[in-house]
Amino acid sequence: MKVFQHTASAILVSSLIAGAAQAQISDDEIRIGYLADMSGTYRDLSGPGGLEALNMAIEDFGGQVNGKKIVVFSADDLNKPDVGANTVRQWVDERNVDMVTGMVASSVVLAASKVVEQSGKLALISGAAASSLTNEYCSPNHIHWTYDSYALANGTAKSVLAEGGKKWFILTADYAFGHAMEADITKVVEADGGQVVGKVRHPFPSSDFSSYILQAQGSGADVIAFANAGSDTVNSLMTASQFGVAQSGQKLAGMVVFLNDIHAMGLDVTKGLMLTTGWYWDMNDDSRAWAQRYHKRFGKMPGMVPAGIYSATTNYLNAIKATGSDEAQAVRKQMMATPVNDMFAKNGKVRADGRMVHDMYLAQVKTPAESKGEWDLYKIVRTIPGDEAYRPESESKCKLLSKG
Amino acid sequence: MTLIFGIPLSVMSGQLLLGLINGAFYALLSLGLAIIFGLLRIINFAHGAQYMLGAFAAVMGLNYLGVNYWMALVLAPLLVGVVGVLIERFLLRRIAGEDHLYGLLLTFGLALILEGSFVKLFGVSGSSYPMPEQLKGGYNLGFMFLPTYRAWVIVAALAVCLVTWFMIERTRLGSYLRAGTENPKLMQAFGINVPLLITLTYGYGAALAAFAGVLAAPIYSVTPTMGANLLIVVFAVVVIGGMGSIMGAIVTGLAMGLIEGLTKVFYPEAANTVVFLVMVLVLLVRPAGLFGKEA
Repeated sequence: MKVFQHTASAILVSSLIAGAAQAQISDDEIRIGYLADMSGTYRDLSGPGGLEALNMAIEDFGGQVNGKKIVVFSADDLNKPDVGANTVRQWVDERNVDMVTGMVASSVVLAASKVVEQSGKLALISGAAASSLTNEYCSPNHIHWTYDSYALANGTAKSVLAEGGKKWFILTADYAFGHAMEADITKVVEADGGQVVGKVRHPFPSSDFSSYILQAQGSGADVIAFANAGSDTVNSLMTASQFGVAQSGQKLAGMVVFLNDIHAMGLDVTKGLMLTTGWYWDMNDDSRAWAQRYHKRFGKMPGMVPAGIYSATTNYLNAIKATGSDEAQAVRKQMMATPVNDMFAKNGKVRADGRMVHDMYLAQVKTPAESKGEWDLYKIVRTIPGDEAYRPESESKCKLLSKG
Repeated sequence: MTLIFGIPLSVMSGQLLLGLINGAFYALLSLGLAIIFGLLRIINFAHGAQYMLGAFAAVMGLNYLGVNYWMALVLAPLLVGVVGVLIERFLLRRIAGEDHLYGLLLTFGLALILEGSFVKLFGVSGSSYPMPEQLKGGYNLGFMFLPTYRAWVIVAALAVCLVTWFMIERTRLGSYLRAGTENPKLMQAFGINVPLLITLTYGYGAALAAFAGVLAAPIYSVTPTMGANLLIVVFAVVVIGGMGSIMGAIVTGLAMGLIEGLTKVFYPEAANTVVFLVMVLVLLVRPAGLFGKEA
């Protein structure tokens, strides 16, 4: 009888402990899903490089938080919203994944983040551009970390306007992202006394841009802005360079240009281009040290997206460490309460709408003479304070803000 | 100022010239496809990948071996031509005489494998190829700034097109080739090595694609998917011209370049679709294509 009692109380106690532990770290593991384009257009933007950055963050924690192991699943979303959403659904249902990161193509992210919201998990979006993710599509279940289209258009357009480029010609990729970018640019240009004198919407994707560049040259504009991305931007810039756009005094403004694009095009083509970036590897000692570590492992310098993935994951794991829980809302609350201070951002803050507000950088691409190495590509012209770079809360349509 | 449909004549001339330059690219690429289809009855879906291989051969030759642009213009097509010969000899020959679908699937599979491998090796951003010194700069034509390289593209592409047309339609070798595909048994009875002719023809078609790839390398970004994006348009050009018609491919290539160029001025949103619209119209009126013989 006494034996029975002992056993019973032992079972009772152990089940209580197990129950308490479950409420803190589900399954006794922190499970992270990495969703990105691993094979298509955006592979070099994040892809395997972003996964490397994620693994670096986890290794820096020794592979565990408070004794709970960190497990990573990764998948290729093929830039298809249905594939991305289904993958996340599967991760949540079958593997009880706690957090999804990477998240690159905006269309995929919009679909996948809905699944994350329905299942009460957390997404740390690092690759996507669409600023609507923290505006009309904001959610209590995601945080948008690295950059967004609003900050890019705002940063680049404002500074080019300030230098005297008043008449603009916009070359737009003819789909949702391009149209949104075109609207953002037009708004900034007209607000600062400029004028859009012409625009052309090209099919997505296109390979030959000579006709559009010729139209832009003949438009009498001071500035040609590219509201496109990826290979479209690369080909537009190369064509502009061949047709002597810079020599004739017109300025070029790239809206969504990443380090890997500049590296692929080379400095001969891109020199002098103004762009906005959320991070650059050669900004300060912290960023350089981290970038060198990454380069040693991966063979390439990281752009802002892998850096953002590292930073977001590190802050996420720190929040779990502090709260002892991997429950989405507990972690998000902790992340909102903690300023982001790491190699990626100084005094960054996570707003209620899910926007991680941090300083952005206006950069100019170096000339071949200025560059001292393969990856010595930008000079930082100006630091744009986070509150100036991102959409102010007062202009936001996010439902989370109006509730206070 | 003279206006045509509300567009100044000078602007129009510039756009037409650009259309012609793009047309020269289409002509060169569709020529290779047309030869391979017309003479071998193979729908070569690997054509885009062979174009990409040509561009990458130029980039790698320059980076690793210091091969300059002019050498690459000869060596890259040779190299890709040899790859083409191997593909024909060891893969395509095994399915010769089978349904066209087998050749299509085989070449499509090859294209996917090649593109996938290059994505793995070089990433999707690809790399850039420096403009050769001699062809830098440009001319001010008054109505537009014409980069020297674009002028060179049109000259080189058209020269190669015309030489190819002459070889196939006007020389003894060409006549063997045409006869060999019409009636291989008879030609073999005359002591002509028909299988060798077919192998070399496929190799030549692949070499033409690679030549276009080298021409494209300095002006477009060299990426593993550069061919896949272009291939469908080029197929449409071949269909419009008439499957297998050599002159049809060249003339249609240039014409489609012009039509696309005009679309980019009047309604740019449709620039990628206009070629297919023309294709539908042509197929409705002349199912064999503009220059094709009615079967």
